[in-house]
Amino acid sequence: MRPWLIQPEFEIERDLDRCIRCQVCVRQCANDAHEYDSEDDVVSAHSIRCVGCHRCATLCPTDAIRIKQAELDFRSHACWTPSVIRNIYKQAESGGILLSGMGNDRPYRNYWDRMVLNAAQVTNPSIDPLREPMELTTFLGRKPDKVEVAPTRGGLALKTVLAPQLELALPIMFSAMSYGSISLNASLALARAAYEEGTFANSGEGGLHKSIYPYADAMIVQVASGRFGVNVDYLNRSAAVEIKIGQGAKPGIGGHLPGEKVDAAVSETRMIPENSDALSPAPHHDIYSIEDLKQLIYAIKEAIRYAKPVCVKIAAVHNVAAIASGCVRAGADIVAIDGFRGGTGAAPTMIRDNVGIPIELALAAVDERLREEGIRNRASIVVAGGMRCSADVVKAIALGADAVYIGSAALIAMGCHMCQKCYTGKCNWGIATQDPYLTKRLNPEVAERRLRNLLRSWGLEIKEMLGGMGVNAIESLRGNREHLRGVGLSDSELRALGIKQAGVGA
Amino acid sequence: MKRVYAKEAYCLGCRLCEIHCIVTHSKSKKIIKAYRTERDHLVPGMHVEDSGSVSFALQCRHCDDAPCIEACIAGAMQRDSRTGAVVCDEDRCVGCWSCIMVCPAGAVRRGRRGKVVSKCDLCAGEETPACVLHCPNEALHYEER
Repeated sequence: MRPWLIQPEFEIERDLDRCIRCQVCVRQCANDAHEYDSEDDVVSAHSIRCVGCHRCATLCPTDAIRIKQAELDFRSHACWTPSVIRNIYKQAESGGILLSGMGNDRPYRNYWDRMVLNAAQVTNPSIDPLREPMELTTFLGRKPDKVEVAPTRGGLALKTVLAPQLELALPIMFSAMSYGSISLNASLALARAAYEEGTFANSGEGGLHKSIYPYADAMIVQVASGRFGVNVDYLNRSAAVEIKIGQGAKPGIGGHLPGEKVDAAVSETRMIPENSDALSPAPHHDIYSIEDLKQLIYAIKEAIRYAKPVCVKIAAVHNVAAIASGCVRAGADIVAIDGFRGGTGAAPTMIRDNVGIPIELALAAVDERLREEGIRNRASIVVAGGMRCSADVVKAIALGADAVYIGSAALIAMGCHMCQKCYTGKCNWGIATQDPYLTKRLNPEVAERRLRNLLRSWGLEIKEMLGGMGVNAIESLRGNREHLRGVGLSDSELRALGIKQAGVGA
Repeated sequence: MKRVYAKEAYCLGCRLCEIHCIVTHSKSKKIIKAYRTERDHLVPGMHVEDSGSVSFALQCRHCDDAPCIEACIAGAMQRDSRTGAVVCDEDRCVGCWSCIMVCPAGAVRRGRRGKVVSKCDLCAGEETPACVLHCPNEALHYEER
């Protein structure tokens, strides 16, 4: 039966004066929203099937297609908005949990947009990064409590043995996105781009496909609650290991890769039977306390012979500062915090939109707490969840992060149009799908080039911003909240962020 | 010589290559006008072969020992001495379809306008053939191999 209360969310408008009936739109829509009638030589649209991914509009050679938000056809009501009403219709139809892809799309306050950066004027000179060296190199990992040096004949030598570090050419890494949730072509593009640009990509919990082995030096491999694809070779074939406790898009929730997506290659990589559902439990069933986490961290450190840093990834929740402190004390060399705007291949909509806290506030709290406890040097902080541009990265670093993870931004660079339908497996851009007809739409060479361009352009912008502040190394900005000021924030928000109101001097 | 090579692993099967082939070989070279006024007698000089999720664009391979040149009874099929491309002189073609029968790649097709075949001419010496230029996924490469 046709779901009779559900109306189109988008309207497909076709300019018939421009349409040449070439049917590119028909061939490109995995949702069958376009149809060609050969009898009448006419292309028509089924707007109800449109998810707003713009694949057809982008590929239409005559620009004949416009995708528009369907006209608001409900009587306006501040409380019962169209999306609320539509959700109820969907659930009354399906009787199931509402699913969504990508990150929280609700209009919560974005604190990055309420923070402004400083620049040097008169009393300290700004620096031109095109003429003077500018250092973005970032080291992630445990830093020593103190550094001992011994005199040698030539000068001084480091006596302290340093913990293993990840060396990043710029403070941006690609977030965990598993092979399974995204296509192999997408995974490959991320791995190659990270490898070539001197940064790191993250395997997610889908294991490491053989074709990514050559780029393993640029891979952070993940150990999550499902332990898919985990063995000692997997742990050692990496630059670092990340224990995933939580994900910003769905804190407290496990994962579920439907069996349909588990084809032969995914099955081999995840080490599970073909066509079987890959269920990641909500908690790690061997971690019910910080002490348990410590056991896993050290089990992994033993397995990798203490040669690589171990990262613990947690979702930003109310008690994030205390939890992060526990992770550091348990032996994490890097703590990754994923804010509530972080993306996902599939999450219950209610969880995605209502659970967790903004990464800006979580970062401020964690950095503050670790400093207070005198353990900030013991672990690097990596933040994730809605890092949209280089200015967000600079602000995050000024707020106390060592580096950031980008996920959605990387996907958008590869062609993602944020239609949020990743969970359907029908990604028209060939990213979040395993359908061979769709995955080939993402040429990894093209995607790698676009990702590298993104990293390079953000790197250039970061250098410009640092130069403007009169700073010539990202290290000098790290945790320096004097470079930030708040605009339009309440006293309690400014306090939580640990920054001053704009207009207040040093 | 430079030829067009397909990477079938990245061919979307969108057929934008065929569309732009038609436009490039039209009189107006304007996509909407070409389709409106010349569509009936323009056949793309190349075409996309597809079966299920596998597809790739196929153009004339411009063989070194082109059987179509041997087979042509009218002397229409010739090698362009400048570019090395195998091209059909439409004024001479009588539509006997011998070239179609001998082509090992199946890359020559009947045109719609009279007795003329339609095949790839590598866009008559353009720097990059239209199909390569307009492939949205870089699945076509024009190179020396």
